[in-house]
Amino acid sequence: MSDTLGGPPVGKTSAEARLLPTRRSFFAVLIGSISGVVGILMAVPVLRYLLYPVFRATGGVAWYSVGRADEFAGQGPFRKEVEVRRVDGWRALTSKRAVWVVRDGRNQLAVVSDVCPHLGCGVPWREDEGIFHCPCHHAKFGRNGALIGGPSPRSLDTLPVKVENGMLLVRYEVFRNLVSYKEVIG
Amino acid sequence: MSSDVGRPGGLARWLDQRVGWRGLMHEALDEPIPGGSRWAYVFGSGLLFVFVNQIVTGICLALYYVPSVDHAHTTVAYIQKEVWGGRFLRGLHSYGSSLMIVLLLLHLAQTFLYGAYKNRRELLWLVGCFLFLLVFGMSFTGYLLPWDRRAYFATAVGTNIVSEIPLVGNFVKTVLRGGPEMGTLTLSRFYVLHVFAIPALIIGAVAMHVFLFRRAGAAGRPVREEKGSELATEVFYPGQVFKDFVFGILLIIALGALALLWPVRLGPVANPADSTYVPRPEWYYLPAFQWLKYWHKGGLIIGIVVIPLLLFGALFGLPFLDRSPRRRPSERPVSVAGFFLVFAAVVFLGFQSGLEDRRDSAVRSKLQAQEKSEEEYSKAPFQPQEEGPMAGPVSASIAPALSPEQSKGALLFESEGCSACHGAGGRGGNGLVKLSGLGKRFTDSQLTGLLRKPLPKMVEGGMQPSELKAPDLAALVAYLRATMN
Repeated sequence: MSDTLGGPPVGKTSAEARLLPTRRSFFAVLIGSISGVVGILMAVPVLRYLLYPVFRATGGVAWYSVGRADEFAGQGPFRKEVEVRRVDGWRALTSKRAVWVVRDGRNQLAVVSDVCPHLGCGVPWREDEGIFHCPCHHAKFGRNGALIGGPSPRSLDTLPVKVENGMLLVRYEVFRNLVSYKEVIG
Repeated sequence: MSSDVGRPGGLARWLDQRVGWRGLMHEALDEPIPGGSRWAYVFGSGLLFVFVNQIVTGICLALYYVPSVDHAHTTVAYIQKEVWGGRFLRGLHSYGSSLMIVLLLLHLAQTFLYGAYKNRRELLWLVGCFLFLLVFGMSFTGYLLPWDRRAYFATAVGTNIVSEIPLVGNFVKTVLRGGPEMGTLTLSRFYVLHVFAIPALIIGAVAMHVFLFRRAGAAGRPVREEKGSELATEVFYPGQVFKDFVFGILLIIALGALALLWPVRLGPVANPADSTYVPRPEWYYLPAFQWLKYWHKGGLIIGIVVIPLLLFGALFGLPFLDRSPRRRPSERPVSVAGFFLVFAAVVFLGFQSGLEDRRDSAVRSKLQAQEKSEEEYSKAPFQPQEEGPMAGPVSASIAPALSPEQSKGALLFESEGCSACHGAGGRGGNGLVKLSGLGKRFTDSQLTGLLRKPLPKMVEGGMQPSELKAPDLAALVAYLRATMN
């Protein structure tokens, strides 16, 4: 008596009405399947649109000037600010980031990020102690940024540098915190 | 009972006992239509299809859009030029709004011609008229949101028209704009109307419309009264559902094809200082735009208040004015003739507006130039909005010191609207034409000559001959040559 799409029609019954159960289920399958195909087709651009920021390749690598290479005579460390331009969706944000110019083990110029690998505080140089001393949880780093003690899982992060036309250039990167290895996250 | 669930059809039965969906389906699908299903009845469902398209694509657009004068245009450019499928989805939304208007008019015409507002259907008709206004409200408020030149000036003119209404006009305009001028508060208001207020009203009104429609029952074919009871009825499903479905698919295909083949455009950012822009509304507002040209001063009140009030009064009051049960068009010649007369007048006004623009060569070339700059801006790569210490205007220390004459020229550069097309200080940006090398490439007299009589290529881009007095022009030239190198 009852098919899946409800009972027979009320009101007038015609010759057609007796054919309805099969006709009704035929249309249900037809409409349902075409709707499914069209729905999937429509979902493609919508999903691509929603997921765009997830899969978009990050912008090109930019080098920022720290200063003249010969400016950094002596052991340092020297505090410098670089203006870093980051594309953030529809805007490009230029902001100042602090870096430390230090001498690495082979007495070469190196640049380390001032971001503590522990929980991300800015790490200052303490001239009186002769170390980098994080004010938040007392992580301690040597003159070249190497870990001495405290809760930090690794040394201060060195940034890629190069010298071009006498200028010291740095690529500013941000690393994952709380892990013992360096992983670039931005 | 729940032991049934595993058996074939068991889950359906289990759900039905709790939800009663079979009854609902029966209610929805077995509505009788006197005279059977027809293609003429598809427009109402078509409107619902496109409305769903507007909701889905609208939610997508809202994901990246920021309703603020500082960011609106950049975020729409980002959607349009950067985000995958952004231009396509914006196209679906933009063409969808036009399609809503077309379907609305077809639905209205069908209901009117079939006399389907009769026999206790007054409220159904009234809610429909209310929806008519809401849909036009959606297109008016949504048009401003991209904040490009076209959007800005169309809305500036549109809201100015409101202020022509005697007594309350100015107040209403100020309320709409959130102040005397168009600005970021205007954008916020239009955004909230477009995204929250009007859609909520539409959803409520559609629910009421469908409820009242089902309560009154389908009117069916208009036949002579005595024959009405002889009409064979056919239920809504499958005949009418299938026709509605086919129409819906055709609408989706049409929208998709439009959005792909004629991608929607975005013009340069709105510049309120640009006094040379020739605004034109979207096609469905052209008749009203043209209509206003015929009414001046004393007659204005007739043109923008009395006649529209009479027309809308007739539209809303139709089921109360035309109370005879006769539904066939041939049996009610006056109202049908009136309907076609108004329809013909509206179409005529729309075409007349286009015709006048084409006849006036100055307007025509300006409109073409505007369209060309929109096309060019749409093609230009996306520029992110620069923020932070390096962004912003060139600081005072870098800008060259100006002589008094050059300073006067700098003021003229703003007041004459030069910056509207060339950017602040002629620096271009955002699709504007950058000025450079003026001091090196031209002498004072060459530059003066160009300003007095621009080259054809410059005129095409919207440049107009300067009508400044000689000393003022000399100051402008001094400023241009000194700073734009």
